[in-house]
Amino acid sequence: MGLRGQAAIVGFAEFKHERKYNGPRLFTIEQWSELTAMALDDAGLQLADVNGIACTDIRESGMFTPATIVEYLGQPVNFAERIDLGGASSVGMVWRAAAAIELGIADVVVCATPALPIPSNPEPRAIDPRRFFQSSSNEWGSPQAEFEIPYGNLAQNCGYAMIAQRYGAQYGYNEAAMAKLVVDQRQNGALNPLAAFYGKPTTAEEVLASKMIADPLRMLEIVMPVAGGGAVVVASCEVAERCRHRPVRITGFGEHLTVKTPTYAKDMCDTPVGPASRQAFTMAGLEPGDINAAEIYDCYTITVLLTLEDAGFCAKGEGQRFIMDSGMTHDGNFPLNTHGGQLGMGQAGAAGGMTQVVEAARQIMGRAEDRQVSACDNVYVSGTGGIMSEQAALILQGG
Amino acid sequence: MDLVKPIPRPSTTTRPFWDGLNERKVQIQRCDACDSWVFYPRTRCPSCLSDLLIWREVSGQGVLYTYTLARQPTAPHFADETPQQLAVVELDEGVRMTSTLVNVEPSDIVIGMRLQPYFDQVTDDVTLLRYQPG
Repeated sequence: MGLRGQAAIVGFAEFKHERKYNGPRLFTIEQWSELTAMALDDAGLQLADVNGIACTDIRESGMFTPATIVEYLGQPVNFAERIDLGGASSVGMVWRAAAAIELGIADVVVCATPALPIPSNPEPRAIDPRRFFQSSSNEWGSPQAEFEIPYGNLAQNCGYAMIAQRYGAQYGYNEAAMAKLVVDQRQNGALNPLAAFYGKPTTAEEVLASKMIADPLRMLEIVMPVAGGGAVVVASCEVAERCRHRPVRITGFGEHLTVKTPTYAKDMCDTPVGPASRQAFTMAGLEPGDINAAEIYDCYTITVLLTLEDAGFCAKGEGQRFIMDSGMTHDGNFPLNTHGGQLGMGQAGAAGGMTQVVEAARQIMGRAEDRQVSACDNVYVSGTGGIMSEQAALILQGG
Repeated sequence: MDLVKPIPRPSTTTRPFWDGLNERKVQIQRCDACDSWVFYPRTRCPSCLSDLLIWREVSGQGVLYTYTLARQPTAPHFADETPQQLAVVELDEGVRMTSTLVNVEPSDIVIGMRLQPYFDQVTDDVTLLRYQPG
């Protein structure tokens, strides 16, 4: 079952992630063009080579998104997907692109997640009250509108906090381990010129002194919103042979969805990334111990802790000890989020998960410079959407 | 902008739950085909997809499955409740629901504690099911 490793990431592009963006304002479709041009150039391919795209929402249009993008790019395609998996969208794009390529539908697919601010509208609209409810739907008939929002259970922080609190009751909660996770990732991020926290490592004291947002989660355990964006080009192995870099083969993937609201999860501490990762490892024929670097979706520290356990890098309930006992910087014995993760890069909306995909490719291609993991052939990548609602995993291997 | 707190708008499917709360009763659905309890209300059972869902009155009592104290309002509408004592309650029947805790100090909240319903009539037509120690 699954992929045969005949599609590969052959190029990537990434905007600098910045809290205060002062560059030119571009519409999402314009950013799509920029990222496509950068990523194709990186791969050594032309626009005419492209015959597939994978996208998320664009700000300029609520529907017909793929057609709008390909019209703007000027390139017809045979394969177009709009992915609605939140932070798991980037991982979802890559495996769908690989599947389309192995089916012979396409051989060059651009996957992009632009997330820079767009030009300000000369005719500003009234504030849409829905914006208060963020990723929860207050539409008529929505279960969230009826059973969550009236109690104030909305947005992301509290859902993740309640999972972390439950974890503490079941397995114990070690603040020092959560702080170390942030410190190690920020150490990596400090070496990444594209990260919002470039040159800005932190300390455990600083993490533990940061403001409590929703118990037990503190400010520095939560991603900072930034401007950014990224893209990868996925191509067939035949096309990859004429590209510039070492191909990053997609050899395994998994995706699993359970509930929108964690209240209804069978067990809040048994997350969908478990089944997704098991499928990915089985497909690739690898074990967690074969992995040289893990790029784990890190909207919050608790997401990383649960992914380490559920993906099988350590036993259930052992994650905090694993974090304390492991070197998780790029030169440690368990290189984790070698770009800084989103805790180090900042989170540029749905582009957040793309940073993990791009960094995995960068490491396997041997292009991570100051933070290069030595002998990096097998990388695990995860994506998380909603509140552990929808999770996906990739196994990427050097070709 | 007028920030009226969002309130539930019951549908044909969910109305018995909200009507029950207005009468200080907790009613949830039970599936007659597979003998499982169902929450939130649906047209078909999420365990077996049967439509044999029967409304039953239950005690409403349960335990605290998890909680958080939201130190920043989750939306501006809830600023007066800071810190919001958000909770997930597991009823004795096994189903879980989202709620908030009342009549308890944050330092006394413990996962696993027994809870009982606190019927909070927020408008003439709507009662929210909050929880207190019990």
